[in-house]
Amino acid sequence: MSEAVPYGIVVAFPVALAGFTVVAAVFDSVVGAGWSWRAAGGPLREAARLLVQQRRRTLLPDTLLLRAGVCGLLVAAVLAGVVLPLGERPVADPPVGVVWFNAMEVCVWGAIWLTGWGTNSCYPLVGGYRFVAQGLAYELPHMFALITVGLGAGSLRVGEVVAAQSGLWFVVWMPVAFAVYLVSAAAMAFWGPMDRPVGSDIAGGVRGELSGPDRLVFQVGRYALLVVAAAAAVPFFLGGGAGPVLPAWAWTAIKTAAVLAGLIWAAHRLPAVRMDRFTQVSWLVLIPASLLQLLVVAVVVL
Amino acid sequence: MTAAFWGLAVVSAASAVAVFVVDSMARATFALLTSLLAVGVAFLLIDLHYLGVLIILMMVMEMLIMAVFMIMFMMNPAGLTPMRMVHNTRIAGLVAGGVFVLLAAGALLTPWPRRRGRPPADPTHALGLSIMGPKMLVMMVIGVAILATMISTVVLATARGRYDPPPDRRTGEGER
Amino acid sequence: MTLEGFLLLAAALFAVGLYGALSQQSIVMLMMGLELMINGLIVAGGGFWYFLAPGAADGQVLVLVVVTVMALEMAMGFAVVTALFRAREVDLTDDAGELKG
Repeated sequence: MSEAVPYGIVVAFPVALAGFTVVAAVFDSVVGAGWSWRAAGGPLREAARLLVQQRRRTLLPDTLLLRAGVCGLLVAAVLAGVVLPLGERPVADPPVGVVWFNAMEVCVWGAIWLTGWGTNSCYPLVGGYRFVAQGLAYELPHMFALITVGLGAGSLRVGEVVAAQSGLWFVVWMPVAFAVYLVSAAAMAFWGPMDRPVGSDIAGGVRGELSGPDRLVFQVGRYALLVVAAAAAVPFFLGGGAGPVLPAWAWTAIKTAAVLAGLIWAAHRLPAVRMDRFTQVSWLVLIPASLLQLLVVAVVVL
Repeated sequence: MTAAFWGLAVVSAASAVAVFVVDSMARATFALLTSLLAVGVAFLLIDLHYLGVLIILMMVMEMLIMAVFMIMFMMNPAGLTPMRMVHNTRIAGLVAGGVFVLLAAGALLTPWPRRRGRPPADPTHALGLSIMGPKMLVMMVIGVAILATMISTVVLATARGRYDPPPDRRTGEGER
Repeated sequence: MTLEGFLLLAAALFAVGLYGALSQQSIVMLMMGLELMINGLIVAGGGFWYFLAPGAADGQVLVLVVVTVMALEMAMGFAVVTALFRAREVDLTDDAGELKG
């Protein structure tokens, strides 16, 4: 972490993250409207509206915790993203980057629960609890998928994970870990079929009572988290910036966009997972599958 | 580095005090979390990258589980009704103060030995080699302890005995 | 950054936790006090490793064990509270006196 970081990366990272966040929101809106490109301007109009909207207040909110939760979501997403390489190298490359990424994803739980609690309203709190349950259920397979990556690379440094895939991408010889990663990353980012913490059956869940700038920051944080979760699949499984002809940053962007598009498309195609069933999926399917994958990789590495 | 450490130390100690000062249980839980996270970040300063990040990861999870239980068990979780739930604060304060003075005096007055060895280039690697080599017994005992805890927590917390049917298959008065 | 600094922080966290564990009536708050005390132990363990014997990994193993013990302590504590609450609707330390001699 201490070696000098080129200034270009420090500038490029927020620009790239912001750009992808906007693209994700626009694409989500377009797919959600049945591939109608007229819906493309929707997220930007909504953002402008939220900026000038007056805040709606609930009775006796815990404003400090609410703000901490709403801002914490965005902060955790950004901090998770700093270890991911943009092309050649990331903003920060700590020796335990993979664990850091996971720790920041877990910090999102705190942010979501605080948001649900802070408004002092019933449905947001239900949403917050839903997310804690979902996070606990899917954290283990998520962690095992990331450990598989670290084991395959023999290092927890994201740079070395990418270097270890110069011959063969991890997605080829650990496909189960990749699948488990995508499912659990969607759950950790409360996205797609696993979006019940903000589900319409509980009136918007965690974000139900948010309005004005609070809601804008929350939505931006949610899309940023999705972008980071999708972007992490690139260095972990898809060989980072490796690819013919084009430079590394271009390949990173293309692969990120592909994973992101897949996640957003899947969110609109797949039915929602019922809250009382999904822990079963995690414990009975995902954890054994990821453990078997871990065993296979361990045997291959040894 | 030194300034960063002292800043984190102040944050950690201050939020530790805040745990027992604030009214709202949610705030108390997250004050405790702040204290723990400050320690995790302080570990990053002394080359313990893995342990520091591990502390951050585990403590966030632990505190959220704690938040669930705190709302389950506290009659006043948001601190909206004034209520004091303490007993013999004076003796507790005296004991805690005495312990602090004793520990602080020990920390400052003991002639600590000179530093032996240098931090390895990759402490995480050294830790991994250690727990898979000479310290393997420690980790095996911990593993057994975790298993024992898992079993005993389930036994303690579940309402249903071994031969009781699961709630969704129960008939009669339990059925809704 | 010195060993004394780390140990002072550890002592402060330990003492604050001890105060909480002794003075709080609610079992949940009492466990927060215990967590703070263990937090102090973690700080001391890390400080000892870095400033006294960084050559060996023993200090790191100790911290790892303490972090695990912290999680186990909390799991067991909440299981006991749940069992107690189920049996007697009690969540205050003063009311849980079955083992009093």
